[in-house]
Amino acid sequence: MKHVVFKAYWNYEKEEQWLNSMSAQGLALTDYFWVRYVFEDSEPGEYIYRIQFLEKLAKHPQSRKYIDFVESTGAECVATYLHWAYFRKKAADDPFELYTDIPSIIRHYRMIRAFWAPLALLEYVAGILNIIAGVTPPVSPVNIVLGALVTLLGVGFTLMIVNVTKKIRTLKKKQLIVEA
Amino acid sequence: MPEAQGALTEAVFYILLSLTQPMHGYGIMQNVNELSRGRVVLGAGTLYGAINTLLEKGWITPYGGPPGERRKEYIITPAGRRAVEAEIARLSELLENGRRVLEGAEQ
Repeated sequence: MKHVVFKAYWNYEKEEQWLNSMSAQGLALTDYFWVRYVFEDSEPGEYIYRIQFLEKLAKHPQSRKYIDFVESTGAECVATYLHWAYFRKKAADDPFELYTDIPSIIRHYRMIRAFWAPLALLEYVAGILNIIAGVTPPVSPVNIVLGALVTLLGVGFTLMIVNVTKKIRTLKKKQLIVEA
Repeated sequence: MPEAQGALTEAVFYILLSLTQPMHGYGIMQNVNELSRGRVVLGAGTLYGAINTLLEKGWITPYGGPPGERRKEYIITPAGRRAVEAEIARLSELLENGRRVLEGAEQ
């Protein structure tokens, strides 16, 4: 049976945790689009899910090549959305991780940060310009509300960037002593 | 020995060691797991990045098969073999010094 859940996440790692807790209850993700998650019944804990940020859009040949490679190792790509890919693998196989050493984990985080930082800046600029346009007479409430919303989006992106930056810093410290 | 080479990551060391025989990606993952008796698990993302870097460095090369084949195989090159040998020499030094100093301290 299909179950549709609408949910929004700022933090893909929390999202991944949620997908895995759903899987543990016997609800396996089979499709995703924006805020819409589709689950199907499965054995509880049958799959482990991993979410991955792709440098290029999922439809780009470079991303296709990568997704093909991951699938050739026994995982399955259940959904892609813009730059994100949703993989799963049977839990009975080896532990399912996409990145297993510090340098590659850091590279993945850096890719995420490099992508979102300019977007955050863009949201702030657009938000502030809208607010300025809104408060200069003739006052336009639409611009003010729109500006506030866009600025808020910028704040959301910033939180994501801060989170990833903290993770990179912790890993770099760890890397001074150990490799993996 | 040519220019001094930094320590190889565990992943790279085991990938190179695996590719003394031609192998595709999943084969490498399984082989590394067996070689290390389950201790080293290679993620597909980590392996993919390492394969591309090693191809660029010329330490491994595609092996046979028509181009564009889904399960591409790779094999180590002479340069890759030299890198593994240099790493083994470096690790032996660590091992010898480690044992000598600790055993010396015990006496």
